[in-house]
Order: sequence, then structure tokens, then C-alpha cells
Amino acid sequence: MSVLDEAPTSQSPLEPDQTKDTSPQRKPIKVRDFKPSDVLLLAVTAIAAYSIVWIIFDQLTLFSGEFGFVVTWIVVFLAMYWFVNLQIYGRHMAVDRLLGGIVTIGALCMILPLVLLIVYIFSKGLPLLSLNRFTQTQAGVGPLSPISAGGFLHAIVGTLEQVALAALMGIPIAVLTAIFLNEIGGRISSSVRIVVTAMSGTPAILAGVFIYSIWVLTVHDYSGFAASLALAILLLPTVTRGTEEVLRIVHNDLREASAALGAPDWRTVWSVVLPTARSGLVTSILLGVAVSIGETAPLIMTVFGAQVMNTNPFHNPQAALPLVVYQEIKLPQKSAVALGYTASLVLFILVFTIFVLARILGSTWLQNTLRGRGKGKGARLDGDVEEELFSVALAPAMSFGSGEADVDLGYHYRPDQEDPT
Amino acid sequence: MTITETEEHQPAEGGAAGPTPIKITVRRSRTDVVYRRIAWTAAASTFIILVLIGVFLYIRARPAFEYMGYWGFLKTQVWNVSGVHPSFGVGSALLGTIILAIISLIVAVPVSIACALFINEYAPRKILGFFPAKGLLTSMVDLMAAIPSVIYGLWGFFVLQNSMKGLSRWLSDYFGFIPGFKVNTPVYTSSLLIAGTLVGIMIMPIITALCREVFSLTPLGEREGAVALGASRARVIRDVVFPFSKGGMIGAIMLGLGRALGEAIAVSIIISLTFGPPNHLLQPGGNSIPALIADRFGSGGKLGAAGLLAAGLVLFFITLIVNLIAANIVRRQEKKRA
Repeated sequence: MSVLDEAPTSQSPLEPDQTKDTSPQRKPIKVRDFKPSDVLLLAVTAIAAYSIVWIIFDQLTLFSGEFGFVVTWIVVFLAMYWFVNLQIYGRHMAVDRLLGGIVTIGALCMILPLVLLIVYIFSKGLPLLSLNRFTQTQAGVGPLSPISAGGFLHAIVGTLEQVALAALMGIPIAVLTAIFLNEIGGRISSSVRIVVTAMSGTPAILAGVFIYSIWVLTVHDYSGFAASLALAILLLPTVTRGTEEVLRIVHNDLREASAALGAPDWRTVWSVVLPTARSGLVTSILLGVAVSIGETAPLIMTVFGAQVMNTNPFHNPQAALPLVVYQEIKLPQKSAVALGYTASLVLFILVFTIFVLARILGSTWLQNTLRGRGKGKGARLDGDVEEELFSVALAPAMSFGSGEADVDLGYHYRPDQEDPT
Repeated sequence: MTITETEEHQPAEGGAAGPTPIKITVRRSRTDVVYRRIAWTAAASTFIILVLIGVFLYIRARPAFEYMGYWGFLKTQVWNVSGVHPSFGVGSALLGTIILAIISLIVAVPVSIACALFINEYAPRKILGFFPAKGLLTSMVDLMAAIPSVIYGLWGFFVLQNSMKGLSRWLSDYFGFIPGFKVNTPVYTSSLLIAGTLVGIMIMPIITALCREVFSLTPLGEREGAVALGASRARVIRDVVFPFSKGGMIGAIMLGLGRALGEAIAVSIIISLTFGPPNHLLQPGGNSIPALIADRFGSGGKLGAAGLLAAGLVLFFITLIVNLIAANIVRRQEKKRA
């Protein structure tokens, strides 16, 4: 442990920077609070924890399974990391390091399922994916068919029709609601906000059950249209909330300028607010569409699913991509499971593409609006923009990749120093 | 320009001191009035949809309630909709839903709060000068929220289930004395624990996103004050960030709870539906209202369909209450930001 003991005394972290502070422009002191020896400490603790868990749980108590192993490893590692830091740096530093460890592991635990899921979907779906999946339907595919038989052209057609119809019905209402909330307001606006937020958490299956009771039981016909009604209900709160956030970012000066020129309210919204918010609007719509493409639960009781092509969304059961996955993967036939895997891969790629597209559009728009350099036909702002107007919270949420729109906190922590209390 | 609507704005503080306030009269053109009415109708339609869901589910579910009685439907733990003497209810499904939600919160809440803290307090904006750690992490969390639940179900069924078998066995071997942890036949798949963990993973992104938003609202002045007093990062989080975001965190967790209560597809893929008291967490079997609806839909004739709609009505009321409380808290938090 001699290497580790040296670490805090070898070089005071403040010294090299303090000498620079004599220059007239003072730069913030940057404390290197994670030295190479700390990296070593971290690695050694992790390996030691791994070994202990392996000996005690794998060998002595016959504990098995990756999930449990990782959980115990994490717990043992955190306990050891805290103790080692307590010995070297003292209580405050140990608590700080422990929290840092917990939080970092929390973030890793968050990302791990996503990575595993993507790897799994691609590794299972990609080898089975072939051109005939996109050109054939499930018609005539039986238990004895080969693994590559059948496709989901009928499901792609069904999903596209249902989502398009849902968007056609849901988006105008959602955007108008957002305009009402942000531009008009009134007595009901605060309760509408609460209801919209509550609706965004309404279980997807309830939308299906509702449309089943109000539409399917009335006309006695499963159809793609019924599904699109249910999807529209699910799309409504997502798009409303997104659009409201976007409209809030449009600078108030633009509205005031428009009003000063004598424009009525609707002209201000139509010719100034909406064009300025256009890309942001598209982002929130795309995010709503991305979510509604993958909804499975409401489809069970509205489109019902089909093996053959049905291009008419207003009559008779239709197929849908998520429904193909749901119905095929639990079947015993290999060809059915293969179809489920490939369909889920295509579904994932579809959702992912729309999501990334929305993010890129959104972040470009946000940065342009922040800097007052609108590229579109809409109104633009010059000069200084009040940055605090744009919520700190929204900026990282809208930006994809470069987090430039972020607001810097402007200070650096110094956990090396002891707490005065 | 026709004057069709007038609104009068009067400043509130007029009266005792200062000059008399000017009376402002707003005159709106006819198109403006039409535009405002349309937008108002759109906003009101969210109310209408919510009310319609309750009303229509009740109308269509009446045969089931009339047959079983309201209390009987809530209490009965079997689901025999066909046969000579049908008897059905959401008793076991309701308990199963609650157990699933509790498990999923136990899994999701610590990870979500840790991840939100990491994104907000720890993540460097750029690693090595170009890799956008913070933005990418935020995007990944939001992507997780957009992934279809059927894909989660597929992954949970084939991957998570296998890796959790060992944990289930270990728990039943060493903690079998706790009620619910005892396993009679050594099969550890399709259990409430696995389904609950999967639902927990599914609600993690929504809790994380909301918590991150709440944490970022912590006033900068208080943070800087704490740092100036020599507080470490851990102390800033404990003494400044958490006290400020307590309400918002509860709202975020409750919205996550609402999602967990209503998850149908992933749960119905994992668990094999059984009826009766849900007293086994680690062995196959379990029940939940949304999974029951997804699984039994289309079987059981008219009475069965009415029964499922009645189950839907119960779910609707539970999630509505949870979501309304959560939305209230979240919206109050957002008002603070504005």
C-alpha cells in the first residue's frame, strides 16, 4: 500500500495553479481531485471485491447467475471502497468517494440494460433478416415451414397506416392544446396541464380497452382505424407537453413585436410563433410518433392482428409490427420465433431512427434559437438573448450529442479539503 | 373588425396609494374569437377523453358488476367466465399488481436517483475534449423511455430471466423463512420477482428524466454557498440538492409508479397467469390487472369481455388517482421553474 500512501502528500493539488493566479485575468482553479493513484486504488478495490464475491458466493454458497453476482459485487465493492478511502483520506473524503461510486454505478446500471437489449436484438434478429421479410406476408406459413419463411409486409403496412391516422387525428388537437396552454391561458389551463400530465401516465392498455368499448363494440368490427384512435389518445399528452415546452422557448419579444404591428392573436401564432418553433415542433411530434409506433397493448383489442395483407384500415382486422412480435415470440415453432425476432429488430430500428432524427432536429433548433440565428423563414432574434429564459433543465434534454446549450455552473468542487463542520 | 368579446384587465394593487389604474379594454376580431374557441375546445377535449374513458368502461362493464356485485368483483380471486356457474374478480390481480409495482419501485428508485445525480452533478460535459458524455447519457435515458415495451418483454423473457434464476434460487435457499420466498418446486422462471425487475427497468428512464429536471432546479446561490463553506460534493447533494427536490422526487417516483401499475405487455410475456392469493414471489405464477386484460382478451364470451372491461375500470381508477397526485406535484415543481 506504499504507493497509495504517498498519494496525498506527494504534491499538493493547489500549488501549481496558485502560482498562475498572479496574472491579472484570473482563471478558475482546477483541482485534480482524481489522481492516477486513485485510479489504481479504484481498480485494485474492484478486483479485490470481485475475488471476494467469487470465492464466497460462487464457491462457498453455490450462488449462481450473472444478475445476483453483479449485485453482490457492487455491494462488496462499495463497502471496500468506502473503507479504503476512510483509511487513507478520512471520513469526509470517504463519504464523498462512496457517493461518487454509488452514483456512477447507478448510471452504469441504467445504461447496461439498454446496451444488453440492443446487442441482443441485433444478434438475434440480424442473422434471420432477409429480403423476403419485407416482401412477403405470413399467409401460408405453418408449423412445418422453414425458419426463413414468411415476412411482415402486412404488418409494416398496417403499422404505418395506423400511426399515420393516429398522427392525423392526435397532432392537431395536441398542438392546439399546447397553443391554448402557452398562448391563451385561462381559468382551465392549470387543470388542463395536470390532466395532460396525468394522461401521459395512463396505461396504454386502457386506451385499447376504451376504444374497444366505445368503437369496436359499437360497430362490431376490428379495424386499423380503431387502433389509430387508441394511438391518438396515447400520442396526445406526449406531443402536448413537448410542444408546450417548445412554445415556451419562443422569445416573448417576437410576440410583442407582432402585436405592436397590429396583428391579431391568431396571426401572431400562425406567422410568428409556429414558424419560429417549427423544428422544435417537429421534434416533439416525432418523439410522440416514436412512442406510439411501439405501443402493443392497445392493438390487441383494436386491430386484433392478421396473417394476411389488409390495406384497408377502416375495415377488418389488420396486422401491426409490435403485435407480430407479441404474438409470435411465445409460439413453439422456430419460424414464428424467427419472425418475432426480425420484426422486433425492424421495430427497434424504426423507433431509433425517428428518435435520433427528432433529437438532431431539436438540438439544432434549440441552439439556433438560443443564439438568435434562425435558419428558417420564421422570425429571428439578434443580439443578446436572455439565457436564463431557457430553462437549464430543458437544454440537455433537447440537445443530442454536444451539450453546448448547457449552462455551466461556473465553479469547481474541492473535495480534497476537509469539511469545516 | 367586429367587437365580439371584451376583457377587462385591472391591476390588483390599485386603490389606496399611487395613481388610479388605467382600464384596459381588449377588443378581439371575429377570427381571433374563433381561434380562441377552437384552442379552448382542443384543451377541453383532454378532460372529455378522460371522462369518456370512465363512463364507457362503466357502461360496458355493468353486466360483470351486476353479476358479481361491486365488492364481490374486487374480492373474488378466481376467473371462471365460462361454464355453468361463472365466478370471477380482480382480487388476485389487484394484489399482484400492487406487489409488482412495489418490486419495480425497489429496483428502479435507487438506480434512477443515482443516475439522475450522475448526469446532473458528476458527468463531465466532454470526456477527452470531444466525447459528449452528459448529452449522450441524457439521450440514452430518453431513448430507453421510447423503446417499445414488447421489446423489453422479449429481452426480459430470453435474457433477464435466465440471469435472474440464480438470484431467485439463492434467495429461496437462504431467505426461505420469509413468507413468499419459499419455493415448493425448484423452478425459478416466470415469477413476480422477474416481472417486477423488468418493469422496474422499464420505469427507470421516466423517473431519471424527471429527477434530473428537478435536481437541475436547485438554486445556484445555495449550491455556491455550500461549496464556499467547504462542503464536498456529497455534502452539497445531501444538504442542498435533496432538501430542495424532495417534492419533485416524490412526484417523479409516483409517475413511475403509475407506469408500473399499468404495464401489460412485458408482464404478460414474463409471468404465467395464475389465480389465487399471490404468495409466491420466486416461483412461476402471479397476476396483474393489465396482464390479465392482455392475456384473456377474446376468450370467455360476453360476460368475460365485460369482466375484463370491469378490471380495466378498476385499473383506470387506481392509475388515475396515482397519476393525478403525481401530476399535481410535478406541475407545482414546474411552476417553480417558470
